[in-house]
Parts: sequence; structure tokens; C-alpha cells
Amino acid sequence: MHVVIIGNGISGITAARFIRKLSDHRITVISAETDHFFSRTALMYIYMGHMRYEDTKPYENWFWEKNRIELLRAYVERVDTANKQLMIQNGEPLAYDKLIIACGSKSNKFGWPGQDLKGVGGLYSYQDLEQMEAYSDQLKRAVIIGGGLIGIEMAEMFHSRHIPVTFLVRENSYWNGVLPAEESAMVTRHIQENDIDLRLSTELKEIIDDGQGTAKGVITNKDETIDCGYVGLTAGVSPNTGFLENSGIETQRGVMVNEYLETNIADVYAIGDCAQRFEALPGRRPIEAIWYTGRMMGETVAYNICGQKIAYDPGIWFNSAKFFDIEYQVYGTVLARPPENHQSIYWEHANGRMSIRIVYEREQGTILGFNLMGVRYRHEVCEKWIRDQVHIEKVLQDLSLANFDPEFYRQYEKEVLAIYNQQSGKNLQLKKKRRLDAVLQFLRG
Amino acid sequence: MKAIKNIGLGLFVFSLLIFVLSLTFSNHTLTNEVLTKHVSKEYHREAIQKQAGDLLSTPFSGNIGFVSAMRPKLEAARIDLETRSGVDPANNIWNATNLPEGVSEWDFRMSVTDVDEYLFTLTKYSAGGLLPGNTTLFFVLSMILGAVGALLYFLPDLQLIPGIKNNHIYLSSATRGITFTPRMVFLGGALLATVLVGVFKYLLAAIITMVLTAFFVYRIAKRSREKNIDGSQSRTVTATKGLGWIGLVVGIFLISFYVLLYFFPEYITNWTLMLDPISRSLNGGPASRWFLYGFLYTLVMIVMGIRMLIKYRHNRYQLIRTTSVVFFQTAFAFLIPEFLVRLNQPYMDLKNAWPLDYDFYYGDSINKMVGQGTEFAIAGWGTSVGTIMFIWGVVLTLVAVPMFTYIYGKRWYCSWVCGCGGLAETLGDPYRQLSDKSLKAWKYERYIIHGVLVFAIIMTGMVLYTYWTGSSNILFFDSYNVRSWYGFFVGSMFSGIVGTGFYPLMGNRVWCRFGCPLAGLMGLVQRFKSRFRITTNGGQCISCGNCSTYCEMGIDVRSYAQRGQDIVRASCVGCGICSAVCPRGVLRLENATSDITTRTDELRTIHISEGEIKILG
Repeated sequence: MHVVIIGNGISGITAARFIRKLSDHRITVISAETDHFFSRTALMYIYMGHMRYEDTKPYENWFWEKNRIELLRAYVERVDTANKQLMIQNGEPLAYDKLIIACGSKSNKFGWPGQDLKGVGGLYSYQDLEQMEAYSDQLKRAVIIGGGLIGIEMAEMFHSRHIPVTFLVRENSYWNGVLPAEESAMVTRHIQENDIDLRLSTELKEIIDDGQGTAKGVITNKDETIDCGYVGLTAGVSPNTGFLENSGIETQRGVMVNEYLETNIADVYAIGDCAQRFEALPGRRPIEAIWYTGRMMGETVAYNICGQKIAYDPGIWFNSAKFFDIEYQVYGTVLARPPENHQSIYWEHANGRMSIRIVYEREQGTILGFNLMGVRYRHEVCEKWIRDQVHIEKVLQDLSLANFDPEFYRQYEKEVLAIYNQQSGKNLQLKKKRRLDAVLQFLRG
Repeated sequence: MKAIKNIGLGLFVFSLLIFVLSLTFSNHTLTNEVLTKHVSKEYHREAIQKQAGDLLSTPFSGNIGFVSAMRPKLEAARIDLETRSGVDPANNIWNATNLPEGVSEWDFRMSVTDVDEYLFTLTKYSAGGLLPGNTTLFFVLSMILGAVGALLYFLPDLQLIPGIKNNHIYLSSATRGITFTPRMVFLGGALLATVLVGVFKYLLAAIITMVLTAFFVYRIAKRSREKNIDGSQSRTVTATKGLGWIGLVVGIFLISFYVLLYFFPEYITNWTLMLDPISRSLNGGPASRWFLYGFLYTLVMIVMGIRMLIKYRHNRYQLIRTTSVVFFQTAFAFLIPEFLVRLNQPYMDLKNAWPLDYDFYYGDSINKMVGQGTEFAIAGWGTSVGTIMFIWGVVLTLVAVPMFTYIYGKRWYCSWVCGCGGLAETLGDPYRQLSDKSLKAWKYERYIIHGVLVFAIIMTGMVLYTYWTGSSNILFFDSYNVRSWYGFFVGSMFSGIVGTGFYPLMGNRVWCRFGCPLAGLMGLVQRFKSRFRITTNGGQCISCGNCSTYCEMGIDVRSYAQRGQDIVRASCVGCGICSAVCPRGVLRLENATSDITTRTDELRTIHISEGEIKILG
């Protein structure tokens, strides 16, 4: 059987690796972007000089041949589902028995005037990075549109090259649609203390043409003009499904899939950023353009193709990011605008760059989620507490088990507990110490 | 901020220039006074006076001329004494049969080592002129000013927001390294040059080899860079924008320093002259080349240790670890041994364990310890300071090394105590990303390091056999030859010239990773019987590769982290930098035995709950 995978990102490659583990099928991975799989999340580190492109490849070049995963550097123009073949730009059609679409996203453009000028780009692909690089020499200022995770990464990138950045954010505080108010305020402060010209409640109206087809500035919705040599569009991403038109494969915003990641056409699957669930899982969005979900879908689709039918279940939500120097981890449900019955304990360090938030159900006391800034917590421990619906007081007394900061770091679990004691009038004490033996015993139990 | 950094950098470069040029800031005149003062053995002095009579009071404008005139005279004096003592190699007579009444053999005969020592001492103390007349001034200009300049360069970083600051590492020609082929050509050239000077003493041939190597490396590196940029296959965006030529120059500088230090100390006497006052105040004697080396080593570690403390001031593990490693160098490797000498006790670096301290079991080393130093009694049992030192050294290897490695992993030594590790973690920190992460490199690493370990054990066994039996012939080998091969190939060439000289080209742990027999030994303990491991944080890894890139031991940390697999690796020195640079909080160094076999299982999967899926082997 020949399994063809469109896209060599984390989803497609995870699928290929697991299919190889589970079967002897012939596997071909097609990508127009790069010869080999690299970690998209590390693009910023190449630009900043932390790593070379080679260092972002999780597998050495010999890995693919050794594992009989064929790599094809090509662009798929069209999928001919009737004849089960792919039409390749400047190449022979490629036949498949099973097809996995893992083609990822493209940066959103919302119809702004000038959005297709030269010197305007997102940050998603390797080519985007090359374009940023090409415009960086002698760059006097960059303007970044869109206050999400990619926007702040791009700001950090230009900042590392001492290029002044103006950062336009539609909301009145950075990423406050996702982060609770205090954390959002913390990151907002942190952006400003890094000398980024942050413009809150500001949107892009128009990108100005210099007469040669290149961007020379932007006009905001407040009719301010900002001169710049580069415009970064980071207002989210959307599935890159243009080539599937007229293929018979059902698409809306993304490629529509059921719980087994199957599309409406037999033997065609879709995973990762480009997949859209017919019915979103409770508490989740129908499209989740996240590294981790892409990886889990890749694994799931491999089992389905190799004869072990299994529904996609991403488990308890988790994510992480880094905002300049502040690390961020989230486990479970932590909402920016929590409903009445979500109660949270919030501790923040005096330095304003660290915080711990623990959310629980007000009446029952069951634990719902953790939001960490500048502090590391252990995924497996938090997940187990949430899955087992443990009571907040039990969690707080055992909280040290979750601490994942390096040795000798100051621990703040006591402070978190003190806040709860103050709120509830109780006098709980920490019962456990941060010891790996204790953690593993807890995880086994 | 930028201005202060630039001033610091300027001062440092100026100071480094003075340091190098100071070797030429002297003229040399041999006088009877110098001979009387520095050659205490009467017969040696007379022989030298006889041979070098025409050099007396002849001024030389630099030490190169003086050394080349002096060396044959000393050699002639040695031959003269050998002949007069009755030694006659031509007729295979190796014993002194004709010694004057009541004179012990080596008060009359002159050894090859004596020649080297006289050449060094006479060059050093026949010096006059600019530097010898102003040693304090030049000490300040060439060493203190450099340290101050470096600190001025680092201190403004305190104004930055604390966090990982690895910006521009691969954009800078000082820290980017060079690609594989030119790197290997350079390694080959440097090794050849080292053998030329170390074994055959062909300094000129070695210099020519190095110049040619540098030229070829430049050519190859330039060509491969052009290929990289044109071929669309692997455009690396920024990383190949230039050659790593500053790194190359730094490498050549370090290699040259080691070659002079090990094989041609007579050319660096001016450096030791500057340190005489400090040496005298510590151990009561003048500065030898090893004092010079120890002083510079410690100074560099303190200055670069401060850089480390500034860079990782948000990370308490790094703060404590760096302080520890700098403390052990300053106190245990540098000050305490000097004080011991002053107190008339045997010289010993109390933290240096065999087999890293490869000459610990040499007969002459044992004799310098056992029964030496102040004698005293413990519970009526008479012993001496030197004997206790010897017992301490044995216990260190046999008990402390395996025990602490079991409890904490080999990091307790490699990145908390060791001098070689200490230099790597401070001076070498800017180069940690240059270690080779490929599977192939790991394969070579295992062969080479365990090879050196076996070599060290065999060599020591032979040396001890000779010590006990008095016979130096074992099978087809002479134990004295074997130990001098070890000293040259492992002691000088591997740990010094390659180990440190290649920091800017192959990363800061070349010696620790490929060569150190003690690291090899502790690695075996760590791999098979230790509580130490690095745990990974569930599914949080994004495979970015920062951990692997900044692993100085060349471990592909990411390959474990992205599978949620705990890491147990023989080579890990527990520096903790992988954990520090991880942008997602995935790695943590731990000491615990629980589940260490199952959690290091390669097929551990945490992406899908294990209950639902049967994991196939």
C-alpha cells in the first residue's frame, strides 16, 4: 500500500513515523517548502542567531532513507480523487492508496489595501523567514499587525537585531482573549519594557505603497501614519486548502474531518492545522493550529490507516509559549473571561514577571486548570489532577509535586497556598516535597 | 552601555596585544652573576662557563637569538660532563664510572631535563630592558588590564532583562565555528604540527604546517560557503553569511599558547618574570611555567565565571554551579598547592582524581608523597602529611568517584569541581553550540574515550609494575616509554592542544567528551548505576532544538525530549544548560531511582493515552 502525505510539518512527519512503526507500507512525503522536516517553532531562533537551519531539523538527513520514508520536493496542484492520484507541478502524477493532507496554514490577510505589496509578510514558512531576512538589512522600522503568539515572536526577532518595532494590537491588552487579565497585563508590561512601541486598541487600515510596489509605511484606524520598511502580518493563520478546490474533498475553512480524521472521500484523511472537525470536541475549537495537536493527530491517523481504528482524542488541553523572557505554560481550562463558577487563586511575584494561577470549580472545589508565567509545572502531574477531578485543597497541599523548575530555584507553592488560606479562612499546609520519587509514586497511584 | 562595552573590548584587545608582544620586550646578556645565582651545582656551572665563555657579556637583542645561541652551549656542556664522567654511548657504557670523589652522580652529570631547565632559567634571568625593568607595569598592562577590559565588556549586560540571551551567536564570526570539512582539515593540520614540534622539535616546520593549514581551511570554508548560498538545497539564511575567522584565529592563538607552554617554555620567560612577585608571595619561589599556566587559568576562569554569573543570573542552578567550579579551581587547584609548597609539604591538587591525574601512580610521584611532609601520629600510628595525601588520592578514585556519581551523576565532578570542566564552563561557554550532535560523532566518542580509559589503566598498571619490581620491561614495551607516550599524546596533545585549542571550532568539551579517562569511568557508572537523569515534561516539547544545540557534550537532547523519554547518557556532565535554554520548560535534572528503566524506554508514548493503544515493539 502506498501512503502519500502532503506536507512535511510536525503532523505529516509524525504520521509517517508512526505508519512506519506500525506497518511496512510505502510512504511518500511531499513538500514544496523544504527538503527535510524542520521545527517550524524554531524559525525565530534561526533569525536571532541562536541556531542554524540545520539545528532545527529533529532528524538527521540519513534518517529518511533508513526508515524508508520517501521525500519529494514538489508542489501539489490538484488532487484527483476519482483516480486516486496527485497532480504535481512540473512533474508526473503520483498515485496513492491512502492520502493524508497535512498541508498546514497560511497567514491571514483580511483584505487590507496593500497587503500584497513587497515587504509585507507573515511568519509561518521557511520562505517567510527568508523574506524577513532579505528586508532586514538597513531596516529602520518594522510594523507588526496582530497581537498573538506569532506577532510577539516577530517583535522579539526584530528586537534582537536592534530594529525598532511598532506592534499594533487590536485588543486593549496583549492577547487578552486567551490570557486572564493579570497575565495579559504582565506580558503587555514586558513588551513595553523591551522597548517595543506597543499600540493597543489599534488596527491596520492600509499599507502604503512607495510607488515601486514595496511597502513604505502603514496607516492605522486612528489615521496615524507609521513609516516602516517591513510589515509583519501575524493576525492568525487559516488552513491552506486552495489546491483542494473541485477535488470533491469537502472544505469549509479547513478540510472537514470526522473523529477518525477521515474526510468525506474514502482513503483521504486530513490532520494538523488544515483539519477542521465537523463537531468540535467540548471546550475545544474546530480548528486547532497548534504543534501539539498536530502531533497527536499524526499519531492517531497512523493507527487508523494501519488498521487500529481510534478516535482522535487530544486529552486535556495544554499549551506553552515564551513571551520574550517570560515562559508560559497552561494545563486544563483557564479562561480569559471565566464564568461565574470558575474561581481562581492568583499569585504574582514582586518582580512582575512570574505568576501562578490555579482555577477550580467554586461549588465542588474540583480542579480545572493551571496557568504559569515564568514558573514551570509538570505536565503529567497537572493532567492527572485535572483528569481525576481532584479537590483544590488536595491539589494545594500536594502542589510541590507539580513544580518543575530547576534545582535550587525558589519555590512559591507556599505563597500560593497562603493566598487560598486567606481567601477561605483555612489553615492548610504543604504536605509534599518536590521529589521525583514522590512524583512518580503519585503518577503510578 | 554600548560605549562601555566598546571601551572594554578595546582595553582587552590592547592588553592581549601587549601580552603577546611582551615576549619580545627584553634583551639578554649572560653574566657570571646570573650563572652563579641560578646554576647551583658547581660542576654544571663550570661546564657551562667553559662552553659558553664567549657568550658571557654578549648582548642579544631578543630571546630568540639568545635561546638559539645558548641551547648548543648547554648541550655541549652536558656532553662534556658525560664524557668526563665516563659515560660513553659509542661503546655502550651508560654508567658514570669516573666521578670525582664524594660527588653524587647527578651533581656531576647533567640530564636532558637539566638542559631544558637551565635554558629556561638562564633565558629568564639574563633578561634586561623594557619588560624586565618594569615587570609590575607590564603585569598590569598585559593581564590586569585585560581582565578589567573583559569585565567592562560583560558588566553592562546587567542592564538587560534577565533571561536567555543567545542572540547573534551564529551571526558572529567568533562563535559560529566552521563547517565539517575545513574543521577536520584544521584538526589534521594541528595534530601534524603538534607532532612535529612535540616529538621532533621542528618548530619551523610546525609553523609552516599551521600556516598552510590555515590557508587551506580558509579556501575550503570560503568555497563551501559559496556553494551553500547558491545551491537552493540548504540555504541557511543567516548562518553562512560569513566565515568563522575570528574563531579560527582564537583557536590558532590557543594552540600556539599550548605549544609554547609545553614544548618551548624558554620563549615565554618574560611572562613568568612578570609573575615572580606573586609566585614568591604564595609559595616562596620564582614563577615556573606551570605557575604561569595556573595563574592565567584561574584568572581566565574568574573573569569568564563572572560573565557566566551575569548571563545566567536568573538561574540559581547556574549561579551555584559556576561559583563552585570557580572556587575549586582557585582554592584547590591554584592556592592550596602553592601554600602546601610554602609549608614544605608535597604539592597536591586535592581534587584531582586518577585517571585524570594520570601521573598520580608514577613512582616518582608516589615517592614525593609517601613518607614526605610533616610527620605526625594518629592514635599512636606514625604517618606523614604526604602519606595521608596518597591515601586520600586512592580513596578519591576508588570510593568518592563511584559513590558521588551514583548519588548525583558525574556532574558532581565534571561541572561542579573539575578544573578542565571549569575552564570549559567559563571560557568555553561561548562555544558550547559547536559540539557535533550527529550519531556518527557519538559513535567515535565512545570508541575514543573508552580507548583512552583503557590506555590509562594499562599505562598505570605498567608503571606500578615497574615501581614494585624495578623492572621496566613488560612484554615488548618499556613502561617509561609508555608513560611518556601517554604524557605526550593524551596529557599534552589531547587535553591541552586539542582540548582547549579547539574550543572555538569543535566546542568547549572536546577533551571531556572524547578524551578524559575519568569522565569515561564516571560515564560507565552514570549509564549503568546512578540515580541521575534528565526528566522531560510530558508532551510540552516543540522539537525546536535549543537543548541539542547548546549541549556541550553533543547529546541530541531533543531526540529524547520530543518522545517524552527520560535521559540517561554516559556523557552528560549535568551542566543544566539544556534545561536553561528550553523555551517551553521541558527538561529537569533529577536524582532519583524510581522507574528509571521504564521511563527511559524508547517507545514511551504520551501523546495518546497508553490504555487505548497497544504499543508495538
